[in-house]
Amino acid sequence: MAEQRFRVYVCVRVGACVCMCLGLCVWVMCGCGRAHPKDDFQEELVIRPLQSGDVYASFQFRTLWETDFMKGNKVSHYRLFPKSLGQVISKFSVRELHISFTQGYWRTMQWGQPFMPSPPVTDHRFLRYATLPREIVCTENLTPWKKLLPCGSKAGLAVLMKSEKLFHSSFHSQAVHIRPVCQDSECTTTSWELRQTLNVVFDLHTSGQGKREWSLFKMFSRTLTEACPLASSSKIYIDITDNPQGEQFELTPATHLLSQAVVLGDRRTFSVYDLTEANTFGSMRSLNLLIRWKSSEGDMLRPLLHAERYVAGYGLQTGEIHTLMYNYHPFRSFPILLLDSVPWYLRLYIHTLTVTSKGKDNKPSYIHYQPSKDRVRPHLLEMLVQLPPNSVTEVTVQFERALLKWTEYTPDPNHGFYVGSSVISALVPSMVAMDTNNTKERPLFSSFFPCKEESSYFVRIYTEPLLVNLPTPDFSMPYNVICLTCTVVAVGYGSLYNLLTRSFQIEEPNPRLAKRIANVIRRLRGVPPLA
Amino acid sequence: MGLLSDPNRRRALINLLTRLNAPICAVCYIAGVAWFMGLAFEPFTLRTYMSENAMGSTMVEERFPAGERALATGREFAAHKKRAGGMPVDWLVKTMQSRGLEVFTQKFSRTLPFPDENKERYMVKGTNVYGILRAPRAPRTEALVLTAPCSPGDDNNQAVGLLLGLAQYFRNQIYWAKDIIFLVNEHDLIGMQAWLEGYHHTNTTGIDWSPLQGRGGSIQAALSLELSSDIITSLDLVLEGLNGQLPNLDLANLFYAFCQKIGVTCTIQGKLQRNDWDSVSGYSHAVQTMMLMVMKQASGRPWGDHGLFLRYHIEAATIKGINSFRQYKTDVTTVGRLLEGMYRKLNNLLERLHQSYFFYLMPSLSHFVSIGYYMPAFGLLAVILLLRALDLWVQLATPPVRTEDGIADLEQVTHSPPTIKLIPKETIPEVLSVLTPLVISHLTGAALYFFPIQFQATAVEHFPVSESEAVVLTAIAIYTAGLALPHNTHRYILTPDWRVLKLIAVLYMAVLLGCTALINFSLGFILALTLVPMAAFITPHRPKVLSAFIMVILSPACTLLFLVFFFQDLQEIPVSFEDGWMLFLSVISQGILDHSLYGSLVYPLIALMVYPCWLLFWNILFWK
Repeated sequence: MAEQRFRVYVCVRVGACVCMCLGLCVWVMCGCGRAHPKDDFQEELVIRPLQSGDVYASFQFRTLWETDFMKGNKVSHYRLFPKSLGQVISKFSVRELHISFTQGYWRTMQWGQPFMPSPPVTDHRFLRYATLPREIVCTENLTPWKKLLPCGSKAGLAVLMKSEKLFHSSFHSQAVHIRPVCQDSECTTTSWELRQTLNVVFDLHTSGQGKREWSLFKMFSRTLTEACPLASSSKIYIDITDNPQGEQFELTPATHLLSQAVVLGDRRTFSVYDLTEANTFGSMRSLNLLIRWKSSEGDMLRPLLHAERYVAGYGLQTGEIHTLMYNYHPFRSFPILLLDSVPWYLRLYIHTLTVTSKGKDNKPSYIHYQPSKDRVRPHLLEMLVQLPPNSVTEVTVQFERALLKWTEYTPDPNHGFYVGSSVISALVPSMVAMDTNNTKERPLFSSFFPCKEESSYFVRIYTEPLLVNLPTPDFSMPYNVICLTCTVVAVGYGSLYNLLTRSFQIEEPNPRLAKRIANVIRRLRGVPPLA
Repeated sequence: MGLLSDPNRRRALINLLTRLNAPICAVCYIAGVAWFMGLAFEPFTLRTYMSENAMGSTMVEERFPAGERALATGREFAAHKKRAGGMPVDWLVKTMQSRGLEVFTQKFSRTLPFPDENKERYMVKGTNVYGILRAPRAPRTEALVLTAPCSPGDDNNQAVGLLLGLAQYFRNQIYWAKDIIFLVNEHDLIGMQAWLEGYHHTNTTGIDWSPLQGRGGSIQAALSLELSSDIITSLDLVLEGLNGQLPNLDLANLFYAFCQKIGVTCTIQGKLQRNDWDSVSGYSHAVQTMMLMVMKQASGRPWGDHGLFLRYHIEAATIKGINSFRQYKTDVTTVGRLLEGMYRKLNNLLERLHQSYFFYLMPSLSHFVSIGYYMPAFGLLAVILLLRALDLWVQLATPPVRTEDGIADLEQVTHSPPTIKLIPKETIPEVLSVLTPLVISHLTGAALYFFPIQFQATAVEHFPVSESEAVVLTAIAIYTAGLALPHNTHRYILTPDWRVLKLIAVLYMAVLLGCTALINFSLGFILALTLVPMAAFITPHRPKVLSAFIMVILSPACTLLFLVFFFQDLQEIPVSFEDGWMLFLSVISQGILDHSLYGSLVYPLIALMVYPCWLLFWNILFWK
């Protein structure tokens, strides 16, 4: 009930390929709030020009508040942290909350890994996980999201968020992440972190008119004139790793401020524009970054892990779900955790589950399967699989399509029924050792997953959702069907049944008395009676 | 149903049906044929209308401008095709990539059971190239397909050019909600089969294909494009698919609506529609159009690359550009605009096309006959078989009159028509004895199905024929040999009654034709048209030579031969007898190939069911 109300409160609608993660629990912990809790707001924009000519823009806004929303500890004074969220958190004792509204599918093979995949899971017991694959995300979701920012869309980077441009893109994902973070290394006190992220990929052909040239104005139809005055840091990072000597593209205005960060196992170099400094805006008092390609050659770094999924087979009776996981690492194998939640109306034949890599059976080291209950809960399949180096691992499982009750069909039943994405979590080996030292100089996008193991980094990827057709009756003619059925039953079956079960005899006129007596005698003698 | 419970009235009804059996059968036959011919008469048919709401009301504007550039691309493709001596895979990959598509290839290979002489291929190896236009902000759950075959020679270059032109134009639009897959398939249907099987990861026909790397979710609709000239005079719509399956009628409606809107002359079966339905020539034109559709559907083969999509419940049609000597010329830009409009409307679909009819016949592009209207024509033919069966049943159930006393008579009268229990005990072996002809004729059928391909090598060794000829001639030889087999070996002391066999044969045929007509009306109707009169009136007492001649004329193979001539005649390319015979032979080999390559069911149906059923009647005619 609590999360139901909560969901209605925060999101008006949840979008195509949306994932929503609510970590809810009653947090029993005593402590006392400080008299004057410190809060802090940072904003940044990362732009990565992609090899395909598209451009990836990722906004992140972080509000950090050294306070505790606890039962009994009424927080009434809000400064940077949005009051609407804070009230919800304290009312329902939310421990962690992640909501994302995504429209589109992240094309890993063309765009590489996103900075911001989906949220980590801390405690399975308290996890509520849900997806709504059929909804559409639109401007009405963006406006309330923008209102959570301290500066709204009046100043700072949020000025760039003009909905008509943001929704004229190949990929759009906005998210809210709330979690407690440690204030120091001993973790004696925690503070609350609100991260709002917005990831957009602009398309070379539809938004860029086919020209390999991007500017802030072309992307957002706005330029920047100031930072958000409430922000302690406001920066723009341009990923120039593939362009160290400027042979790929040209960046104007030029900056000599560079930053290095390790993102997803790869050391990247960024040009940094600090909006809090006045000279960033130059004499025009406005910043319009321009990226102009010089050549279209070059190769993108292929992500090491890639997955796809599809439904095989034809007809409306059975089918097979294939999940393909690609490990492109040339020599290292790594384990992945595959989480699949399939609605009950696809009846999985779990005995047909096969996992094969390189033509050989690949036995998962751990399988957890929770069978579905009709109309109550979906199938849950979780397994730990080792992906051999440079291979494709294929997981197949057959299913039967259930026939629903006629009231259970959704509107537009011939559209098909959605099956949410599988989630693949993996520790992917990286070339670059990551430092665990939590220094402030690092850009925010690089620090989301603290990585303990030096040689690998955490990645979570999502496969495509599936659209499966179920056997669907023709709803347009129930009346005809009822009439026909009744007629067939009444006329056809009824009369046939009658003929088969009844015995027919010709009613004879009463025989005469003499004949009856004669018949009695004949019966005694054992002679057939007279007719 | 008081009629059947009352023995007196039941007897009267049965008497009527048995006494007037022959005239009723004749009337039914004539009525069935007349009903069928009436289907093409315009006042009896319905106008087509768009049932799908999502495609009906939305207006779209067609703006495709780049017809000339598409033709230039087509010429470039032709040059590369000539240089590569087949599919210019690298060029296509590069071109599609430069248009912003995600490009993938698929290799496939297939060895035919015997060399196909029409298309001159035996060991087929090829590559399909396809590019996926990813719809912005869509989660890869739905897709539309546009295909153009890479044909040998100079065919279809314009189609590929237009496909690439459309890809480029579509790529720059923001409104796509479904991924669009642009596919250039090699070796026409074989490539298509490989791609579809790869996409759905099935293997029904034993073709070798490499797995697909990219997919776009469930395919909602597909169009196949065939265009071989820079300027066309009309567009022809081909609907008939594998095993007589048809796409949803809304797809045809969509095509027709856009042809009307843009002003392109459109045809179906290559026939323009005429407005003079009340004249004899206008009516006969409609009959011809419908007959062509019936014959194409009955053949069970895919009449274009779209035909294989239908198995996967993907609505698909082929659009063929025709360049004849008509007045109105249409350029490629207009065809592109037409396709753009169709795709934009398909893009608007919320659900799969399902609102309109799946079973229909089209006497013209603007009129259709739905299943409710054409089924009675078949029903009238099928009821003849049931009437004959009833007649035989009653005859069989009347045992020789026993004269011991009157009681037996009474008993017999009360239980007429009898249940199976009343057949005297000694006739049970009689029923069993008809198994012999049943088994023998089905074994002949099985031989007809298996031997032609099995023994082609032996046949080629011993006779101076090619493999393909060997297969066809073996089939014909087995077919003819089946006629000479001694079907009724009288080993039993009790000679079985021919009527038992005929009863079984008639019921068998009724079930067989009924099932066939439900799946493929045209095939069922054509078979019923020839087999039903033969089945109804064959007895051992007819004049042998004349009846045998009529039976051979009405046998499935001769029906096919006549249909070949009739089909050529309707297409206005009449052939001489020798050419017709050659065509007949190639049709048989195509039928066998269609079965093994694409899984068409007509050949096994004829060989394993219809032919044995016909042999049973042959057997009855020569009953001793």
